[in-house]
Amino acid sequence: MVRLEPRRQHSQAMVYLSPVLAIFMTLVVGGIIFAFLGKNPFDALYTFFILPINNSYGISELFVKATPLVIIAVGLAMGFRANVWNIGAEGQLTMGAIFGGGLALYFHDSESLLLLPAMFVLGAIGGAFWASIPALLRTKFNANEILTSLMLTYVATLFLSFLVHGPWRNPEGFNFPESRPFPDAGLLPIIYDGTRVHLGTAVAVFVVIAGWLLLSKSVIGFQLRVVGKAPQAARHVGFRQKRMVWFTLLLGGALAGLAGLFEVSGPIGQLQPSISPGYGFTAIIVAFLGRLHPVGILFGGLIMALTYLGGELAQITLGLPNAVTGLFQGILLFFLLACDVLTKYRIRFGSIAAKGRTA
Amino acid sequence: MTGDAGAEAMKGAAPAQLEVRGVTKAFPGCLANDDISFRIEPGEIHALLGENGAGKSTLVKIIYGVLQADQGELLWEGKPVTIHSPHDAREMGVGLVFQHFSLFETMTVLENIALAMNDVRDMAVLRQKVIEVEKTYGLPLDPDRHVYTLSVGERQRIEIVRCLLQNPKLLILDEPTSVLTPQEVEKLFETLRRLADEGCAILYISHKLHEVKALCQRATVLRGGKVVGGCDPREETAKSMAEMMIGQKLTAPDRGKDREFGDVRLEVSDLSLISDEQFGTHLKNISLKVRGGEIMGVAGVAGNGQNELFQALAGETEHEAAPDSIKIDGTSVAHFGPRRRRRLGAAFVPEERNGHGAVPDMSLSENGFLTAFRRMALAARGLIREVPTRSFADNIIKTFDVRTTGSGAEAGSLSGGNLQKFIVGREILQDPGVLVISQPTWGVDAGAASAIHQALLDLAAKGTAVLVISQDLDEIFAICDSVVVMSEGKMSKPRPMADVSIEEIGLLMGGLHDLDGNATPANDTALEGGRVGQA
Repeated sequence: MVRLEPRRQHSQAMVYLSPVLAIFMTLVVGGIIFAFLGKNPFDALYTFFILPINNSYGISELFVKATPLVIIAVGLAMGFRANVWNIGAEGQLTMGAIFGGGLALYFHDSESLLLLPAMFVLGAIGGAFWASIPALLRTKFNANEILTSLMLTYVATLFLSFLVHGPWRNPEGFNFPESRPFPDAGLLPIIYDGTRVHLGTAVAVFVVIAGWLLLSKSVIGFQLRVVGKAPQAARHVGFRQKRMVWFTLLLGGALAGLAGLFEVSGPIGQLQPSISPGYGFTAIIVAFLGRLHPVGILFGGLIMALTYLGGELAQITLGLPNAVTGLFQGILLFFLLACDVLTKYRIRFGSIAAKGRTA
Repeated sequence: MTGDAGAEAMKGAAPAQLEVRGVTKAFPGCLANDDISFRIEPGEIHALLGENGAGKSTLVKIIYGVLQADQGELLWEGKPVTIHSPHDAREMGVGLVFQHFSLFETMTVLENIALAMNDVRDMAVLRQKVIEVEKTYGLPLDPDRHVYTLSVGERQRIEIVRCLLQNPKLLILDEPTSVLTPQEVEKLFETLRRLADEGCAILYISHKLHEVKALCQRATVLRGGKVVGGCDPREETAKSMAEMMIGQKLTAPDRGKDREFGDVRLEVSDLSLISDEQFGTHLKNISLKVRGGEIMGVAGVAGNGQNELFQALAGETEHEAAPDSIKIDGTSVAHFGPRRRRRLGAAFVPEERNGHGAVPDMSLSENGFLTAFRRMALAARGLIREVPTRSFADNIIKTFDVRTTGSGAEAGSLSGGNLQKFIVGREILQDPGVLVISQPTWGVDAGAASAIHQALLDLAAKGTAVLVISQDLDEIFAICDSVVVMSEGKMSKPRPMADVSIEEIGLLMGGLHDLDGNATPANDTALEGGRVGQA
């Protein structure tokens, strides 16, 4: 018989080992699923996980996809640490893209160097504004932010759809539901020639470092950890929970908004009905895969970016549906949560009765 | 050891109601029960003594079928038995009154009793039985009242009635008196004695030794999971039994003589608060003054507003009391949050260690930072200063003899006593002007308890005003200079410890001021009552 036995102290080793274990088990189960689909599991896994990054362009694409994931996940992790469950980063991303992108459309013939920084600011404000609604509802009316932030996602994406189908549609765009292309001054500079790696990737690295400093070294990071781990202790010493709700939602929203802006002013270059393949949701998995730690999130973001690239290749070369991407992401989250049990428990083999006899 | 002779004599005559033989139970990292053997005769009131962590609860859980022993056997009326579950235990005739009640507040007494029975066919029959049991054993209780309207003593009666309905042959009580007034305790003892007279064996678990002395005929003492001896409590003193429990000589705290008090440092005047919890207690016209160098005790049965008082003093609850209803060193603070109160030199230690006084899965270093970062300057420009933070924690660990692997250990990995020493030490090393501490030695072993008591006395000697909220009257008598009593959210006027008796405090705890029928100003009437009694 197999039993779970509580550990006296959380295992630090398991905190880091559990994502590795989860990835391994995801590969095994993924292989089995490929086999059932009639594909050679080794070929399929190779196509999914190795082929996308066996050349330098592939690696650069990995960075492009990981950029929004990492930026969003760092913001979300701050909230998750404080028990603030912002599930609506996708909506905040969309609002950031609308705010910042709207500016670029308004100044569509501008050549000013100030345009791009102004778009950054507006993108962040847009995301923060969208996140401030759940924050307000939570602090004033105790409405669950999981529901409100999630529902606002659909409002945001439909709003974007309305804009590009209607008022912001490109007048020279043959009625396609797209905005004008952004002016050059509103596009992110490429930081590595011949690839799509843009300034946002550098910002993502900066966000990781700043997030790590905030979380581990600052008093406010300490406060949000205490609020998350022991709300009563936080009240006892006067760390106000409502302030943490505001802080983490605004920060998470601003970063998601920034990530959204980077997408539309980087790889996409205009507003269109769909600007993200679910980065805001995938970032939730990235945050947990990275142990809610900014440095871990950097790695988590790269791994999840790989599932996007692998999914695309699997469609092209194996003829598998795009759902494979979501499938892999789901299996990974499942195993990750399961493996986390091992940080608090250890597995024991052998029955209780047998142990009694031998003791 | 004198009691054993009698037990030996009985052994030959009849089988014991319950005999425990060589029971051993191990948990990861500790041997909770190590080869424990003892017997309980029918009609005997048998005490199980031991400090926290001595293995009492584990043993009870094994007898009640919650846990299975790794080794050893249980004999019921002379026959070996295996008890797989509490259901089995009840069937056999074992009743257990828990330390913490498992009652549904919004249901009636009768419904709660029905829920715990193995089989209930007819509520009317059950009601009849309940009333019978209540009459026989002197346990007045209205079966149709909702539990939330009952006092703690009455709630405990439900648990006892629940057990008695099963006609138990062995009744186990785990710390039954920790929530009762002295008068309620006496009533409980009458019931237990009557039960024992009818042949029911009683296993009585308590660390209140004067009660054990008054009630029990025999005691088994556990220490570190082992039986270290037995005795006849009637022929021992509380001190001698305590020394048997801890395995060393006990030193009374050194109170110092001719203590002088300075200015008032903590003042509460006419504080009334509506509790925002559903079954909370509202505070009514609370007033008290604690001077520098004084230790004032707040006595009372749990749930009479002590938690609400602590939260109001610590600034945990947001409320609309007048700012000057609480003053620290003359500054009105009732509108301040905890941080600004701490900045004025106040410190607070809540009753609950894990999750309230400390964050269990953070390191001791971080837990030191938690309340001390302002006063000890452990942060600069919004960042944590790692080195001073660690050395502050190291200092607490060293000064207060906290047994741990170091300042990096998680707070949750420490034993209750060691964590409490760390928390108390953390506040004392901040050199507070006012210290409010709730249940300072709750669930703490005797060694740590005496260290904490001494630390509080030393702190007061340096001029700090200390307010100790405690349900443990022994503790209040041991360290306090004056005492107030809380009952139903009201507070009696302070009395010097020297001229108050345990009986008077007991009467106040039981809510004497309600007899007056005159609600305002409650604390004055209470005191009139008290004074008349004294005059």
